[in-house]
Amino acid sequence: MTDLLLLIISAVLVNNFVLARFLGICPFLGVSKKVETALGMGMAVIFVITVSSVVTFLVQKYLLSPLGIGYLQTIAFILIIAALVQFVEMVVQKTSPALYKALGIYLPLISTNCAVLGVAILNVQKEFSFVEATVFGFAASVGFTLALVLFSGIRERVALARVPDLFKGTPISLITAGLLSLAFMGFAGLVK
Amino acid sequence: MWQAVLGLGGLGMAASLSLVFASKKFAVEVDPKVQAILEFLPGANCGGCGFPGCSAMAEAMAKGSAPITGCPVGGSDAVKRIAEILGVEAGTRDAVVARVLCMGGCKSAVEKSRYHGISDCRAATMISGGSKACGYGCLGFGTCERACPFDAITMSPDGLPVINEDKCTSCGNCVAACPKHIIKLLPVNKKVTVCCSSHDKGAVVKKKCSVGCIGCSLCQKACPFDAIEMDRFLARIIPEKCRQCGLCVGKCPTHVIEDQLKGLRPVALIHEACNGCAECVKVCPVAAIQGQPGQLHVVDPAKCVGCRACADICPIHVIEMQPKTGKTAVKV
Repeated sequence: MTDLLLLIISAVLVNNFVLARFLGICPFLGVSKKVETALGMGMAVIFVITVSSVVTFLVQKYLLSPLGIGYLQTIAFILIIAALVQFVEMVVQKTSPALYKALGIYLPLISTNCAVLGVAILNVQKEFSFVEATVFGFAASVGFTLALVLFSGIRERVALARVPDLFKGTPISLITAGLLSLAFMGFAGLVK
Repeated sequence: MWQAVLGLGGLGMAASLSLVFASKKFAVEVDPKVQAILEFLPGANCGGCGFPGCSAMAEAMAKGSAPITGCPVGGSDAVKRIAEILGVEAGTRDAVVARVLCMGGCKSAVEKSRYHGISDCRAATMISGGSKACGYGCLGFGTCERACPFDAITMSPDGLPVINEDKCTSCGNCVAACPKHIIKLLPVNKKVTVCCSSHDKGAVVKKKCSVGCIGCSLCQKACPFDAIEMDRFLARIIPEKCRQCGLCVGKCPTHVIEDQLKGLRPVALIHEACNGCAECVKVCPVAAIQGQPGQLHVVDPAKCVGCRACADICPIHVIEMQPKTGKTAVKV
């Protein structure tokens, strides 16, 4: 139990996917103009990463390892994740329009995100058990959402501030992201 | 070798089969307009528009909540095509104009704190709703002025936006920009407006602002056409019912009803063909029409408020609305 708790803290804060590992930067910069959309995106990421870490774990254990084709891991995972996201999107759109309104529109954005693939590969590399892999996937995506929502909150305010002309637009966003990353470095060493 | 081919091939096969199955089984019909717009959007899902992806943007455009120029990638060609798709509807809307529903400038509205932050209403709102005591009122930092692409808004010395109705194209940018939601698009030909947005109770409003609606409902009682409704201590004029007689304007104890027709109201004139049926006498809210039954009736121009009630009821159409002499008439 303590191990799992440490795993969660590590994935959410210390080794935050966006701010410490620099994975999933694309949606981090792209979908962070409004807190509302950031939150929606974050929820979709949590959903996709958790599901995909379950599925990729099973594929690795019962298909890739027994066949001895572990070297095809990356291609296989990309294939699975992309198909999975597409499948889930269609199912959600039909079965629950409300959920689709909230999450569905973000799903195509993350189908081939490196954060999703990153979790799947890290699960294998770290030789996690099934439970650990699932928890790690969930926690990592919660960390992603946390970073995204924090960042969008700051960006919403920066958008109103009088920013020097040189820094307007992307530069100020990247500087803000850097400062946020710097802040998260404060968690370094909390968990080994 | 064969493991790799079989393993990956099988995986791909399983994935594609399940997708084919899902697309058949879970097919959903979408608004054809959204689909049509989506075809002209770049489809890169870059999020540059602030929406999470092209399909969300297309949906917002179809609904009208996003400007068709909102995609920074698509370019003018895409805008033109999308305008064609949506263009049919744009022309049929009633002419509206943006109006600021607040009169609480620096002189009239009480400040509860001093604000030295970013000079923008949206930023000021984030700090306990802004520095004005009234939580509904205009903050006066000119966010709407900057949002207006047509220079139709200027900030008055009193710190309130003034909208030039000739320049206003009712694009709605200011409506979206105002964090207090006090700019509304209202029918351009209705010139009498309650310029307050406060839902506070009367006693509270009085403490915070000298030009706020206190919800006394005197205007509602004064209105002969039942065109004013009270919504949580705030009077609202129903544009479809309002005949712009201006009777409410004089009754308002806090002078919060703006009357753009002051001194410009037309006057009813009864032609000699009048048969004296006295229908007009019954409907006149101000008893401005006099005359014996069966004889020519006369309108007292001093009393007439130009509501057109008589002209509309007259069975033989002999009542005409004329501009007041010496003043320029406005189209109503």
